[in-house]
Amino acid sequence: MPMPTDPAPPRSTLATAGLLDDVDDPLAHREIALVDLLDRLLAGGVVLTGDLTLAIADVDLVHISLRALITSISPDRPSPWGNHRTEVP
Amino acid sequence: MSVDTTAPTGTVSYVYAVARPVDAAVLAGVRGVDGGQPHLVACQDLVAVVDTVPAAGFDESALRARLENLDWLAAVARAHHGVVDTVARHTAALPLRLATVYHDDDRVRRMLADQREAFSTALDRLTGRTEWGVKVYTDPTAPGSPPSSGGNTGGGTSADSGAGGGTGGAGKAYLRRRLAQRRSREDSWQRATELSRRIDQVLGDLAEDRRHHRPQDAALSGAPGENVFNAAYLVPADRSAEFAARARELACGLTGVRVELTGPWVPYSFVPQAFTPNGSGTEVA
Repeated sequence: MPMPTDPAPPRSTLATAGLLDDVDDPLAHREIALVDLLDRLLAGGVVLTGDLTLAIADVDLVHISLRALITSISPDRPSPWGNHRTEVP
Repeated sequence: MSVDTTAPTGTVSYVYAVARPVDAAVLAGVRGVDGGQPHLVACQDLVAVVDTVPAAGFDESALRARLENLDWLAAVARAHHGVVDTVARHTAALPLRLATVYHDDDRVRRMLADQREAFSTALDRLTGRTEWGVKVYTDPTAPGSPPSSGGNTGGGTSADSGAGGGTGGAGKAYLRRRLAQRRSREDSWQRATELSRRIDQVLGDLAEDRRHHRPQDAALSGAPGENVFNAAYLVPADRSAEFAARARELACGLTGVRVELTGPWVPYSFVPQAFTPNGSGTEVA
């Protein structure tokens, strides 16, 4: 299907698709918070069993990544995995 | 898992999304998870948005290790989202879960063929829809909050004068203060929960579907107050502006809570999660 190739600059919203009237909405321009993004990228999205990521599918991925988040954002929280990012003196 | 047996060329195919056909030119200048430009792999009336990435960085063990690195995770999440969002601005697109990797483009094409019906159904359902996120936080600084630590500081002084004895009075005052703080916290939690229910009712009526995410940990979000409600709404594009306006209106009229609106998003929260006969699919809350 032929699609218009408007050279719109990359934006993090659907506003430029004409889906929104209020494209000047400051909320729509704000940088997306990582937690909001991960809510969607880790808990949403189609889960397919890829060729190389069998064991990472689903919950596993969420856990690995959240562990990264938690241990790096609260460096004083001890990590049972001995993550190098968590160094308790 | 050994890399050399799986990818003789040393590369693998990272898949961002499955979409309806779109001009490949929309991907011009877009940077993928490894810095390169993604391309399209077509199969009948579907395309997969794919990136050729080094196997060494994206096989299972590599991913496992790299996903533990927050900087890498953040960069990949943003790049993944950037690609999905770009494509979704031009055509209906189903985002795939982060880090879905195939041996090569032929395997991706086969996956499209195998799952064609499920993809088509899901794409049809989400065409012309957008997602809005709404979060409700307690507002610890709200003027309407019940007697809190501020009022009890005064209580501490009067306890001193009344009891005359240092430690006993101070101890009681401390306990009273803690109790008041706990009550205040419970009250604001309860208030925020009630308001969330109201908000969910009003906004849910404007939406086709909704999904409740787990409230975010304050340590992760860095946001003040406690997140008591974290929902996503699937809204038809032509009602999107109305939805956002209504959400803002609700947010302005409330005290004691803070309401945050994010979006519009590609409807991540509403794609069927697994294409299995008994798959959980999209839950209607």
